[in-house]
Amino acid sequence: MTMTPAARAVEVWKVYGTGEAQVQALRGVSAEFERGKYTAIMGPSGSGKSTLMHCLAGLDTVNAGTVYIGETQVTGLGDAGLTKLRREKVGFIFQQFNLLPTLTAAENITLPLAIAGRQPDKAWYDTVILTVGLGDRLHHRPSELSGGQQQRVACARALVSRPEVIFADEPTGNLDSRSGTDVLNFLRDSVRQHGQTIVMVTHDPNAASYADRVVFLADGEIVDEILSPTADSVLDRMKKLDRNA
Amino acid sequence: MLRATLKSLLARKLRLILSGLAVLLGVMFVSGSFVLTDSLGRSFDNMFANSLSGTDVIVTADPAINVSEMEGEPVPGMLTSADLAAVRETTGVAQAIGDVQADGARVIGANGKVVATFGPPRFGGNWTGEVGGRELREGVAPSAANEIVVNAALAKKAGIKVGDQVGVLTTQPKQTFKLVGIFGYEGRLDSRGPVTEVLFTEPVAQKLMLGKEGKFTSISVTTAGGSDPVAVRDALKTKLGKGYVVQTGSEAAAAIASGFKEALDVFNKILLGFAGVALFVGIFLILNTFSIIVAQRTKELALSRALGASRGQMIGSVLVEAVVIGLIASVLGLAAGYGVGALLSQLFASFSEVQLAGVGLPLAAVISAFAVGLIVTIIAAIMPAIRASRVPPVAALQEVATPDRPLTKLTVSGAIITAIGSGLIAFGIAENVWLMFAGVLTAFIGVALLSAFLARPAVSVLGRVFSWSVPGKLGRLNSGRNPRRTAITAAALMVGIALVTGVNTIVTSAEKSLRGSVAEEFHAELIVSGQGSPGLQPTFDGTLLPRMKQVPGVTAVSAEYGDQAMIDGKPGWVSVNTDFPAAVKMFSLSPVAGSLAQPGPDEVIVDDDSGHHLSDVISVQHANGLQKTYTVTGVYKQGEIYGGMVFGSGAIEGMRQQLPSMAFVDLSDNANEAAARKSLEALLVDSPEMLVQNADEYLDAQSAETAQFLLMIQVLLGLAILIAVLGVVNTLALSVLERTRELGLLRAIGLGRMATMRMITVEAMVITVFGAALGLAVGVGLGTAVVRGLADEGLKEVVLPWEQMGIYLVLGAVVGVIAAILPAIRAARTNVLAAISYE
Repeated sequence: MTMTPAARAVEVWKVYGTGEAQVQALRGVSAEFERGKYTAIMGPSGSGKSTLMHCLAGLDTVNAGTVYIGETQVTGLGDAGLTKLRREKVGFIFQQFNLLPTLTAAENITLPLAIAGRQPDKAWYDTVILTVGLGDRLHHRPSELSGGQQQRVACARALVSRPEVIFADEPTGNLDSRSGTDVLNFLRDSVRQHGQTIVMVTHDPNAASYADRVVFLADGEIVDEILSPTADSVLDRMKKLDRNA
Repeated sequence: MLRATLKSLLARKLRLILSGLAVLLGVMFVSGSFVLTDSLGRSFDNMFANSLSGTDVIVTADPAINVSEMEGEPVPGMLTSADLAAVRETTGVAQAIGDVQADGARVIGANGKVVATFGPPRFGGNWTGEVGGRELREGVAPSAANEIVVNAALAKKAGIKVGDQVGVLTTQPKQTFKLVGIFGYEGRLDSRGPVTEVLFTEPVAQKLMLGKEGKFTSISVTTAGGSDPVAVRDALKTKLGKGYVVQTGSEAAAAIASGFKEALDVFNKILLGFAGVALFVGIFLILNTFSIIVAQRTKELALSRALGASRGQMIGSVLVEAVVIGLIASVLGLAAGYGVGALLSQLFASFSEVQLAGVGLPLAAVISAFAVGLIVTIIAAIMPAIRASRVPPVAALQEVATPDRPLTKLTVSGAIITAIGSGLIAFGIAENVWLMFAGVLTAFIGVALLSAFLARPAVSVLGRVFSWSVPGKLGRLNSGRNPRRTAITAAALMVGIALVTGVNTIVTSAEKSLRGSVAEEFHAELIVSGQGSPGLQPTFDGTLLPRMKQVPGVTAVSAEYGDQAMIDGKPGWVSVNTDFPAAVKMFSLSPVAGSLAQPGPDEVIVDDDSGHHLSDVISVQHANGLQKTYTVTGVYKQGEIYGGMVFGSGAIEGMRQQLPSMAFVDLSDNANEAAARKSLEALLVDSPEMLVQNADEYLDAQSAETAQFLLMIQVLLGLAILIAVLGVVNTLALSVLERTRELGLLRAIGLGRMATMRMITVEAMVITVFGAALGLAVGVGLGTAVVRGLADEGLKEVVLPWEQMGIYLVLGAVVGVIAAILPAIRAARTNVLAAISYE
């Protein structure tokens, strides 16, 4: 039995601006992101890696090509369709944590379910809470949590609704290395133990080494990929890309 | 520095437009009031100058009763035929005409109803020819005792034409006349202002309007060719001596106009008072806007400080912004005020048939527009400016989270200011109205400061109502986020609602007290009365009283006559009761001294609050000039609804209208009220102004009048509430802007557009309902204070206008929904991607 990939881009083009100022951010990118896998997207600044993620997640529109999340075609959906898609099939983790300051950690975690009007699956909620390891700080507000704790709340928020795919945009960018490692371990565990699909954009080779697969982007095209990466192999590949650029 | 200030001003257009709009509306109100009263004032000037254009000198008698506008209508004195003869003999006088003119000639229209004005006099007088701009349009002048002419506007209103038989009520009961002519005024006018005129032949006018033949109200003099009016005036003064007022035509016109101008001036002050409330609310809005702007610009301000800007420069930069906004808003507000003033003048002129003298821009409007616009904005900007100057330079380098400063200081000062305000109110009620107003304003400021402390618990309680949905919960949490901002926004709404609630509480309490007293003390079944106009009361034929008493079921009729008079040298009210012993029963009066039997013609019965004692002799100068003395034969305990001096029948001959204006009718226990009522109505058929009502109906009619008064206050306070709504829009728009990232996140994790809008709407509603609730509380407090302060005036208990309060609360919620529309749409349109990467 062949499984549909969790997310798929087919010949996606994304162009910003017109005429002289035109920038081709994505030039016919095709990629598949397998279920239950942890994929990192890497590339130098301006390579189009963030754009690709935004297009995959339905946050940005494409000029040509098609994007699928599971069996749903993302391209062509209206606002209501995109809202539903984000609510049911996609989770996000941002560099800036993006927690609501008025809600407690626990409330932030269940917010997507509350918005969708769903009850959290108690067992799964407990599992997520346990893995996040916030313990007694669950009923604190974000302003009373450290950066690492806030990002773990954000991870739990993405996980709790069991989306088809979680998109993480530089999740460790604002963290010290210890907290960063915590978050990366946590993400990898959720893939290994619970079969979550994660697509992560990063420019940190160490962060990428936690993934099952690394996709390299340069000038809006996929140029390479590594399976079972290590920090060194990723760094090597990046250096090569920089030299070519 | 100035350049940088102006640049940053332009960068925050929307916010400044909203706060500028508040000033603009206030300035519009102020300058509009001036434009309106100025153009009306000049119109009245013209009108009076025209009516006296052919008169060189005018002679009148010293007023019989001289009272100010506030105390009642002054009663003019009367001249005699001998005076007229004396004037005619004076050198320089070519022609002298004796004029009769008095209020109270009421024409019964074709529909059987009395033609009413909304207060201006309905003159009755003598036809003296086509003088003073009067022009006969149709028919002939009255020459027989049963002939009249009326002005064209009155004929039109009454639906009568030349040849008709017309019923006219005067100081005498209804009499029927033949309409022989219709006149207008030069300039093709059908009327001069909203007054109506019925002209009779001279003896009839004297008898019906002044009560006696051979009397005049004024003498108009035309001087012989070449004689100087001033010289003739002085000659007349010498000749007539004391007790007369002699003026040239232009002096008289100015004197009459100045009386009107006083009334206009009062009107203007009332409008300005309401404008003041609107501006006061505007201050809250501007203060809030500037505070938010300063908070948002903390980094920018700190950078300026780090680059060497002084504290003074920081304050200056914020104040320059205020001045620029104030100036622009003043100019636009003045323009809008001119427009509104012109429009209202036109409306007023066409409504009251005044020839509009043209709309001008009085200097007072210009000066007040700029003064008010600038002062209001600068006052509002001072606190934020000082705060801006306190930003430490190091803030430029730090991540500033604008820490939530503790509210202790604010709360304590709020409590103190509220206490001072309450003290002023309590003291002012008894002593000085202005002190009380100052107290009210002070209390508003105090409560506004306190409201920051109240905001958190209030918002969390109110928010529960909306918390059943996620967007509702988020909205509630958002409104509790910045208590200062929520509080000041809500406080702006509080002011308007507190004032209407306060007035409502007073009126409701007064009404309830009156109804309570009536239920307790009034023991008659029916009241015969008419809707009064400020000058003269409607009356009915006194000869009907015996027949009214014979109506089956009627056991007693106690009728009242009344008029102004000078009592022991002070303006007062004289009333005569035809059956005082019946009134004693009907109003449950109890004797204090002497007897409460019907007073003899030269006797008087007084209440225990009058300051008079048994056997005192009271001297009265009646309205028609009659001078008499009366002996006190009884003293009664003043009731809640019945009081005053009750004179013997001898006082009636001193009244201008020697007719009863009211009657209380007692029925036997088994009488048929409906049948008795029908019979009474049939008897009163020639007095169409009179109504036969039971106590409840009578009170309902009075309530209808107070309801109109309340409506007017609500309309005038509407502007203050509108400005408060602008404040809510402003606060929400800023919140949406500040929380762009959060909105992006919420949209990213699946919050739909409608849900986003709902969230903003709940936030707005929590603020406005909080403001409304605060307003209700403060309003009830103010109302209660006044009611308690007026306990001596018969306000026995505080009655809250629950129904109105409920409406205001709902209104608060509705206003929140309206205020949320634009910010909510803006929030719903947030571009998720842009919002998330928004710094």
